[in-house]
Amino acid sequence: MNLFKVFKNGIIDENPTFRLVLGTCPTLAITTSAINGIGMGLSTTAVLIGSNIVISLLRKFIPAKVRMPAFVTIIAGFVTIVQLLLKAYVPALDKALGIYIPLIVVNCIIMARAESFASKNPVLDSAVDGLGMGIGFTIAITLIGSIREILGSGSIFGTQLFGEAASPALAIILPPGGFLIFGLSIGLVNLITKRQVLKTGCSTNGGACEGCGMPCPMEISEKEGE
Amino acid sequence: MEINLIAGSSPHVKSGESTQKIMRDVIIALIPAMLASVYHFKVDAAMLILATVLSCVLSEYAWNKITRKPNTISDLSAVVTGILLALNLSPAVPIWIAAIGGAFAIIIVKQLFGGLGHNFVNPALAARAFMMASWPVQMTTWQLPGWDAVSSATPLALIKEGSEAAGQLPQFRDIFLGNIAGTIGETSALAILIGAAYLFIRRVITPEIPLAFIGTVGIMTWILGGAQPFTGDYLYHIFSGGLMLGAFFMATDYTTSPMTIKGRLIMGVGCGLLTSVIRLYGGYPEGVSYSILLMNLVVPMIDRFMIPKSFGGGAVKNA
Repeated sequence: MNLFKVFKNGIIDENPTFRLVLGTCPTLAITTSAINGIGMGLSTTAVLIGSNIVISLLRKFIPAKVRMPAFVTIIAGFVTIVQLLLKAYVPALDKALGIYIPLIVVNCIIMARAESFASKNPVLDSAVDGLGMGIGFTIAITLIGSIREILGSGSIFGTQLFGEAASPALAIILPPGGFLIFGLSIGLVNLITKRQVLKTGCSTNGGACEGCGMPCPMEISEKEGE
Repeated sequence: MEINLIAGSSPHVKSGESTQKIMRDVIIALIPAMLASVYHFKVDAAMLILATVLSCVLSEYAWNKITRKPNTISDLSAVVTGILLALNLSPAVPIWIAAIGGAFAIIIVKQLFGGLGHNFVNPALAARAFMMASWPVQMTTWQLPGWDAVSSATPLALIKEGSEAAGQLPQFRDIFLGNIAGTIGETSALAILIGAAYLFIRRVITPEIPLAFIGTVGIMTWILGGAQPFTGDYLYHIFSGGLMLGAFFMATDYTTSPMTIKGRLIMGVGCGLLTSVIRLYGGYPEGVSYSILLMNLVVPMIDRFMIPKSFGGGAVKNA
């Protein structure tokens, strides 16, 4: 499989946040600031790459019946590593993200990639898939975090934008604002990436006219128009 | 030239009602409340009404332009939303916050859910809730009527603090006429009642929701509002706060109220119960807007369980 395609898949075509709508819990909970988004995204990326590699390596040894407990154990190992590293080197970020770092264990994105990709594909592909998905997730939640921080706290990465006197819309960094901005950004991404129907044709037979035995809906509608 | 004989589907006989006519009636009914608000809170009130109405109408116009939809300003629903939102604001709210509220009501609450008739909660109230969460200080700074903008607590806030014994509460007459602190539209019960009477006469609204709502609040505050049971000052509770405005103008919104009479009674009683519980036991002094929003959310469920019997009897099957 084309590695670049696998990589791009996670960032754009199957962006975990905007397209697959996975990992909604951390997306809503921690995106109160841009820096939280980056921290959460990178932590998840690290776990994702590690667990994808190990699960891919072990894919022939893990019995299908107990694969979920096996995946969770592997993921939990990597989450513990990331959590201890965060505690040691960026304690402030660890405090801001709180319970959501240990909760990466049950993050749907990681479980979904383990189940649908790493357990079926070779090691390199799985590692690239983890990287792509992780970066896609990081970009998405940093974007949502930035929007919420600008609108809700009037700052970006902790730097005040509008001065002390401004009173930003507090609701945006409260839980309702999370749902609001999340929904709006999914809508916006859908709007931007909306694929235009370039060729006029019908959905029957994949749009091709050769060998299609069906009465052509285009012709029928034209006749009715006359 | 051919003769066009078109057999359209029923109904063939229509009343002259239209969205525009109904909305025009609502605006006429709101005029007394607007006049009272300008009389009590002077320029502040006039500026707020102007700001929210302009913001709502412009948002609706811009949204229709951007999404290339037919222009719907002329149905006047945006004007009604703007007026209702303004009447729900404290005179101390800055103009720009009011304008953001109007845009939020129209774009986020109304248009994103599909426009008029598709909003799942009352746009003006949802915008007010958003503004309360966003700018709690500005939204809850109250003033006494007049030019001087003397800050003061609302009567319900005084009750909440437990200072009614100290004789600080305004006279009942002031509560009825609106000479008290509060949002610009809610203070004068008299003006709202005049508007409501007009709506009843024009049959724009039916009495089930307002009467059930106000009645429930009256009974609940009578039983539970005093130091001993059955000693609560229910008249005071009925005429203070946003109950009048909410019951007659907000809870009766067509889109977000049930379709059957039984359903409307349930909606009214539910609003009343929630309002009383918030007023007497909750953290906020006033709960009309939140109770209406909460009941808005269960309206689809109420409608589902209150399907009327079909003509000729027999239960509706597989509805």
